[in-house]
Amino acid sequence: MKPAPFAYRRPETVEEALEALAREPGAKVLAGGQSLVPLLSMRLASPGTLVDVNRLPGLDQVTVSDDEVRVGALVRHADLLAHAPAGERQPLLAMALAHVAHATIRNRGTTVGSIVHADAAAEMPTVLALLGGSVEVASVRGRRTIAAADLFAGPLESTIAADELALSAGFPVLGPGEGVGFAEVARRHGDYALCGVAGLVRVEDDAVTEARLGYLSVADVPTVVDVTGCDPAEAAARALERIEPGDDIHASAAYRAQLVKVLTRRVLTAATDDARSRDARRTG
Amino acid sequence: MTEEVHDVRLQVNGATHAVTVPARRLLSDALRHDCGLTGTHVGCEHGVCGACTVLMDGRPVRSCLVLAVSAEDTEVTTVEGLAEDTGEDDTVLSPVQQAFSDCHGLQCGFCTPGFLTTITAGLRANPDPTEDEARDMIAGNLCRCTGYQNIVKAVLRAAELTREGR
Ligand SMILES: Cc1cc2nc3c(=O)[nH]c(=O)nc-3n(C[C@H](O)[C@H](O)[C@H](O)COP(=O)(O)OP(=O)(O)OC[C@H]3O[C@@H](n4cnc5c(N)ncnc54)[C@H](O)[C@@H]3O)c2cc1C
Ligand code: FES
Ligand code: FES
Repeated sequence: MKPAPFAYRRPETVEEALEALAREPGAKVLAGGQSLVPLLSMRLASPGTLVDVNRLPGLDQVTVSDDEVRVGALVRHADLLAHAPAGERQPLLAMALAHVAHATIRNRGTTVGSIVHADAAAEMPTVLALLGGSVEVASVRGRRTIAAADLFAGPLESTIAADELALSAGFPVLGPGEGVGFAEVARRHGDYALCGVAGLVRVEDDAVTEARLGYLSVADVPTVVDVTGCDPAEAAARALERIEPGDDIHASAAYRAQLVKVLTRRVLTAATDDARSRDARRTG
Repeated sequence: MTEEVHDVRLQVNGATHAVTVPARRLLSDALRHDCGLTGTHVGCEHGVCGACTVLMDGRPVRSCLVLAVSAEDTEVTTVEGLAEDTGEDDTVLSPVQQAFSDCHGLQCGFCTPGFLTTITAGLRANPDPTEDEARDMIAGNLCRCTGYQNIVKAVLRAAELTREGR
């Protein structure tokens, strides 16, 4: 299986890249290629032009501020996973990234590319949605910021336009009293999950004031469910009102629903414990 | 319509290969067909099996998921580049290659080049892996032969050989 012919552009500046995307309506961005090249080889995609953004300057930076971890479009999963300050300010990043494929794929695949690709089976779109992050995009028409809540439109479909280049993604850091958790079940570590759950919990004076869970691989889009005030069983029931796990060759719908229940309990408990212990350290 | 081609200079195992390829040429195919380095094996061609793994600037990547045009200006190491050239007639096997030979990690040999490159980089990052870490290091590479037993042994043996400074 080989890709069909396409034209190849390798711009040296963001402006050149945006012009190429504007000029050629069928063009696609090539970042790490870890999702796009298999699609080309299987001829599930055959864009007329690829715009290889790997040489663009300034997009390979992770910047950590008081509010967010900002990840440039050329930051590879492996580099974000190894970025200690990012992991400290938002520990959910590393927890989830450890489940993204295998190290060899993480060396090349980008976190922003994964978000743009908008696969509901991928970890980082759900993490962005759960944390309420955003993506900064640019085109010849200008720049705009898309909130995660407005980003994921359908299966493998984001609201980023064909002529837009994603420049970076911003992940909010942990706030005071907040804690996180992550768990997934895959047939083999590094494979896409059969079901995965990310959790964010806030406590105040030891009481849980906010709890949200993000689900991957069990719906068409990354799905965030507010479970504030729920015990783990109620949380799982609420999640299953929102998502209807499907059947495929790897797992039945019933098994996936069972995974939703088990992982909901596990992640809600872990994130609550994490929030309490961080809060105790902060106030203690 | 003739397909547009690109002149690409690939740096592979310390040598420069000037090749002329269409943009759709995968690095795995460029290495095998254009550079004549058939040590890199191709299995699934969509990133799952790991047989085509090479080092790009020292990091393992799937050469079937990289376009040859975009590998320009990087240093590629294939399985052919792992043995140490002593300058004499002979080349000396690298510790990882030697360990595969010692522990019968070679087996049928199809997936072997991908394991050798992956483990070479893996041991640089973690020179003293536990058995679990050794298994994790190779988890992205598929081998159909014997449940990884001899390959895991070879990872641990290669770590030993490297520590012994050979
Ligand atoms: C064997 C295998 C297993 C995998 N397992 C997992 C897994 O378990 N979990 C997981 O999350 N992922 C997994 N992946 C996918 C991996 O994480 C990809 O790297 C990632 O989804 C896409 O990032 P990329 O940089 O490689 O993007 P590319 O493949 O280059 O691009 C993907 C899509 O996004 C677009 N795009 C990319 N960057 C931009 C940008 N800056 N602006 C606009 N458009 C852009 C492209 O045009 C394309 O449509 C796996 C991949 C493989 C090959
Ligand atoms: S041939 Fe490249 S990973 Fe299988
Ligand atoms: S040695 Fe035969 S598949 Fe690995």
